[in-house]
Amino acid sequence: MKIHEYQAKQLMAERGIPVPEGRVATTIDEAVAAVRPLMEASGNPVVVLKAQIHAGGRGKGTFKEHADLRGVKVVTAGIEGGIGAAEDAVREFATKMLGSTLVTIQTGPEGKVVNRVYVEQGVSIARELYLAVLLDRAVSRNIVMASSEGGVEIEKVAEETPERILKEEVDPAVGLADFQARELAHGLGMSGDETKSFMKFVKALAEVATELDTDLIEINPLVVTSDGRIVALDGKMAFDDNALFRHPAVVAMRDESEEDPAELAAKKTGLNYIKLDGTIGCLVNGAGLAMATMDTIKHVGGEPANFLDVGGGADEEQVTTAFQIITKDPNVKGIFVNIFGGIMRCDVIATGIVAAVKNVGLDVPLVVRLEGTNVEEGKRIIGDSGLDVVAADSLRDGAEKIVGLVR
Amino acid sequence: MSILVGKDTRVLIQGLGRTGQFHTDKAIAYGTQMVGAVHPSRAGTTSRFEGETDHSGVPGRDDVYSVDLPVFATVKEAVAATGANASVVYVPPPFAADAIMEAAAAGLELVVAITEGVPVADMIRAKRYLADKPTRLIGPNCPGVITPGECKIGIMPGYIHERGRIGVVSRSGTLTYEAVYQLTLRGLGQTTAVGIGGDPVNGTNFVEMLAMFEDDPETEGVIMIGEIGGTAEEDAAEFVVNQMTKPVAGFIAGTTAPAGKRMGHAGAIVSGGTGTAEAKIEAMKAAGIVVAETPSDMGEAMAHALG
Repeated sequence: MKIHEYQAKQLMAERGIPVPEGRVATTIDEAVAAVRPLMEASGNPVVVLKAQIHAGGRGKGTFKEHADLRGVKVVTAGIEGGIGAAEDAVREFATKMLGSTLVTIQTGPEGKVVNRVYVEQGVSIARELYLAVLLDRAVSRNIVMASSEGGVEIEKVAEETPERILKEEVDPAVGLADFQARELAHGLGMSGDETKSFMKFVKALAEVATELDTDLIEINPLVVTSDGRIVALDGKMAFDDNALFRHPAVVAMRDESEEDPAELAAKKTGLNYIKLDGTIGCLVNGAGLAMATMDTIKHVGGEPANFLDVGGGADEEQVTTAFQIITKDPNVKGIFVNIFGGIMRCDVIATGIVAAVKNVGLDVPLVVRLEGTNVEEGKRIIGDSGLDVVAADSLRDGAEKIVGLVR
Repeated sequence: MSILVGKDTRVLIQGLGRTGQFHTDKAIAYGTQMVGAVHPSRAGTTSRFEGETDHSGVPGRDDVYSVDLPVFATVKEAVAATGANASVVYVPPPFAADAIMEAAAAGLELVVAITEGVPVADMIRAKRYLADKPTRLIGPNCPGVITPGECKIGIMPGYIHERGRIGVVSRSGTLTYEAVYQLTLRGLGQTTAVGIGGDPVNGTNFVEMLAMFEDDPETEGVIMIGEIGGTAEEDAAEFVVNQMTKPVAGFIAGTTAPAGKRMGHAGAIVSGGTGTAEAKIEAMKAAGIVVAETPSDMGEAMAHALG
């Protein structure tokens, strides 16, 4: 699960991690009203207006409606014009941002609608760094990753100057030790009070990762201010879905408007669905088999419309929901059901398919491949149903048949 | 021979809920030596399992079975009373890592964790706890382990298996069944089939499994089924080049998976340009592994690798 930048900063601030002060706004007036208190508190005439969407690359992203505006706007009008001028500027840019569609490297060409903006105090930056806490699967532990190259994509740094990326493993029984935090500070070229502030910062961040079960915390950039403080200028957090049961406060931060409605509906019924761009809808049991089904469709010349894993114990209702989700996608020109029943009995899935087709209706070709437990019974149910279903003997056979029918 | 489990494996079940009960019954029907259950709220009782024998399993048994499984409060107590040397974990996700550690503390040689949805942080801690214990963990989020005709631990359908020459190791449940069934239809059969699980932190990786199959005299070749996410397949390819003499075939799921999306399994995600199917397939081919183009070709790929 992902949250917005302002929410990540709130979680950090609550745990004593320094972030610039800011206020979130869903209306233009709220954004304007945030300017005065923020400027008065900081004494800094600069504020920053940041579009809040669940995708990175906002600083370089552009709005479909306003090609000259980026997803992050540093408002400097207050330097000469004072609070009033800053408020006017924030009004202008918030008007443009709210309700408009921001396209970044991570949103895809369709972009995401901006429903809220974050107004933040300006910070005087001396250096920009990179800091993240994430799982290193090779060692089965979280690692802290830091780099002196802040503000750019870390993948690019990893490719071009891998020596500038520092890593420390977090021992789950010890946490991030002082010496490790010191080594990172040293590696980032810090000394004196800067080292002390950084050590405190990074140790707290590693603890947040453990406390809140994050998949990823990424701060890019982490900045050293001109007066020597360490501040999180950006903040990105993603959480382990499997651990959300113990973090109700995090769950409350979920913004469903940021998620694909079909994926959300599937999740609520216990299905795993991911929308893709192709024309062949897939309904499969098991994540690996579901992926492999998509791959095989592609291999024989088709394009999958979705990933859909009904899991090991789907019932009739789930199969019906799965059909509804697939047929709702206007791109779908044919459906391939691929089941290798282990726990999932083929007769149960066959009954589900028949019921679903009768409920939902079907005006595209349907190919069904059943294998495994109670397969004969399953085939009989589909055969007796009178439905126009093409049977397949193997995954490859089924993929070839559906691709042929859709053409 | 075979690996991990066989006719001398004595299995405890941890978590005798609805799912655990269902699969315990199937395991007993198959002929697995289920010797006890750990379920604190029902400690001191017995749980009866009876039905028709699954004759695709352990040979030479009666047509029906009836077993009264003793239920214990702790693994330690269950081991002392039953002489169990393995356990299977069906405990719900919030408590699964604790169950794994309890099994390790009781000295079990093998723990197979079926539970899907265990928090990563719990597994990080459990894995560190296991580091100085002799216990081997398979899973979590896996179908289990089977040595056909001897012992079935987990949720796989028994009848698709047949005792034979090939070791199977996979991150995916249903793809394991695909591979197993194709090997059975081709008359190659399996020595042992192991699902190592679809989570980013798991007990046993491909390299460890390949090493075991390499050392098993009965295994003549190995099928390795991977998927997007992480670098376990790349590591395995390196091991195949440097340490393996037996032929290896494989398949990687997720060529068409979009980056940044978790494809059902918690561990199946391409992030930051790593974990792509292309990189894995390339590494495997470079290591001389015969990579099947579709899952329907896995049996053929294995036959081809055997020469």
